[in-house]
Amino acid sequence: MSASTGPRSLRTPLGRVRGLGSAKAGTRHWWLQRVTSLALLPLMLWFVVAALSLVGADYAEVRAFVAAPLHAVLLLLLIGALFHHMAAGLQVVAEDYIRHEALRLGTILLIKAACVLLAAIAAFSVLRVAFT
Amino acid sequence: MATFTLPRNSTIGEGRTFKAPPGATRVKTFRIYRWDPDRGDNPRLDSYEVDLDSCGPMVLDALIKIKNEIDSTLTFRRSCREGICGSCAMNIDGLNTLACLKPIEDVKGDVRIYPLPHMPVIKDLVPDLRQAYAQYRSIEPWLKADTPPPPDEERRQSKEERARLDGLWECILCFCCSTSCPSYWWNGDRYLGPAVLMAAYRWIADSRDEYTGERLDALEDPFRLYRCHTIMNCTRTCPKGLNPAQAIAKIKQLMVERQG
Repeated sequence: MSASTGPRSLRTPLGRVRGLGSAKAGTRHWWLQRVTSLALLPLMLWFVVAALSLVGADYAEVRAFVAAPLHAVLLLLLIGALFHHMAAGLQVVAEDYIRHEALRLGTILLIKAACVLLAAIAAFSVLRVAFT
Repeated sequence: MATFTLPRNSTIGEGRTFKAPPGATRVKTFRIYRWDPDRGDNPRLDSYEVDLDSCGPMVLDALIKIKNEIDSTLTFRRSCREGICGSCAMNIDGLNTLACLKPIEDVKGDVRIYPLPHMPVIKDLVPDLRQAYAQYRSIEPWLKADTPPPPDEERRQSKEERARLDGLWECILCFCCSTSCPSYWWNGDRYLGPAVLMAAYRWIADSRDEYTGERLDALEDPFRLYRCHTIMNCTRTCPKGLNPAQAIAKIKQLMVERQG
């Protein structure tokens, strides 16, 4: 693409603007970013309150707290919403500022891989505490 | 990466100073961006001291006075001088606006005038708007309908349907909004920008148009539409007092709505 869109190209401005056409996508990404941010408001609030209530608790008490069914489920939901939101937001940043096509694609893949990895580690830890 | 600093051939130097005529009492200094493609040197800021007692009230009056009486090489676009043609859009005192609608007395201190930000400069205050015009063309800004109009009659619209176009049709395409938008600065080759998106919504909102779905299809794109991050510079800067940010929000709303 870059060869035919550079300033030296003789392509017409309209041809350049139409480019490869519309991706017919992006709404889902945009919408889920809003939905997860909404979900994170109560989940984060609960998490902060829960963390504060555990100040001074010993190891066994914290384990018991995490293993309680309601707490484990809320933690899993928090992890899902949080890392989805993080990946979506960072992807937007990469799309905004990285002009080079391959570099942008690589960065977005890296962001998603890192978020999936972190989410999997976090979710696995909660499950392990909950089931042992 | 997006570039946050000016390339070396774009850094602005100090230019000439044109002194006010002796005896002038109300003197205002206009510091104006100058760049001449034929000279090959960097842009510069020329200072013109203008006697406001012999000058009209608007910034455009001062520009015309400078060109007529002080320095005829100063280049800028202007036509109607009453805010309806959109030709004299430029960056005055840090805000994109129309020179003909900007009172000189609203500016404290020196009046700094630059071309619309982040567009290629043709000369002095004249930006290259070819891409913006092509983007406007690309949204097909005309009525599209398969149903033929009633014989010997116009296509009818209720008063409420007509009212939905208010605040949209008044846009004069000066591109003050698009060139104030950081997202348009970084990705203007793919992001359509507020002016064009509001024009697109003007046809999406038109009850007589039968191509709403196709219009939404053409906009549904991570870059064409979703580079808008509701920064709101567009609404803040619009010299006609319009609200492009709201029009874009309504497009996004329709995108979600049609997903069911």
